[in-house]
Amino acid sequence: MSDRMYPDDPVDPFPEPPVRFDDREGRPIAVEASGADDLESLVEMYRAFDPADRAQGIPPIDEAAIRDWLAVLLDEDAINVVARHDGGIVGHAILVPDQNEAYELAVFVLGEFQGAGIGTRLLKGLLGQGQREGIEKVWLTVERWNKPAKNLYQKLGFETSNAESFELEMAIRLA
Amino acid sequence: MTERRDGARMNVLLGTGGSPDGLDALSETVERAREAGDELTVAVLDTSAEADPEDVESRVRDRLDELDYDADVRRITGHPGSQLVELAASEEFDRIVIGGGQRSPLGKIELGELAEFVLLNADRSVTLVR
Repeated sequence: MSDRMYPDDPVDPFPEPPVRFDDREGRPIAVEASGADDLESLVEMYRAFDPADRAQGIPPIDEAAIRDWLAVLLDEDAINVVARHDGGIVGHAILVPDQNEAYELAVFVLGEFQGAGIGTRLLKGLLGQGQREGIEKVWLTVERWNKPAKNLYQKLGFETSNAESFELEMAIRLA
Repeated sequence: MTERRDGARMNVLLGTGGSPDGLDALSETVERAREAGDELTVAVLDTSAEADPEDVESRVRDRLDELDYDADVRRITGHPGSQLVELAASEEFDRIVIGGGQRSPLGKIELGELAEFVLLNADRSVTLVR
């Protein structure tokens, strides 16, 4: 869809990864840029992912489909940022290029690590990494009923870009 | 489409505006129709803002040729969703079949306007083909 609208003004710079912090449960978390080297850790995270937390068909459920999907996400044109804890990956945020010089965004956090501020830090880290790599336009879709997610995206500077489809579409200008 | 009323054959109406998921749905529906003895009608919808209906019709006919299957193909003008729902009702089709949506760059399923309209407004069962 090339008719997607973006805000006129770019947002302020986001912090670039790596970022270290303790989450609201006091667990030490590191938000870092990631890539193909993390494939096996990501497969492990998505195999543990609660099916109820899936959105619009992703992540896929069975391991073969997870691997096919991750191959697209870990392509060198995409941008990946992960949240690490205790040697494993507990959160993953991604920017994947579309056909219109913009990037689609998604973020996933493992169930027991949700609600502790990790998603927000992951998203900031991802958008900071996007700014570092010169990305200007980012969009996402979110289910209309998912108010917490919509509020979070809004707080980060996303604006509603299309309210006419099944899912709500939001966009941000990074530069 | 595996459910059958009293073992009767079903009269199936598939609507497509020519997007890849619609053509995939066509292939799958033909396969089921063959097994179940269903009768299939393909409605070529007027999505002229996105695709030339003539071009869509020839792609549908090509696909049917490839599958070696004979189906009634009809061109429908006007608002795609409402015309499909209308046709299904006026000619008493048992079921409407449409494509299951496209994938975003990240792999998210995106349901289009047609799917939304048909799911909400049809007065009979609708199959989304994945």
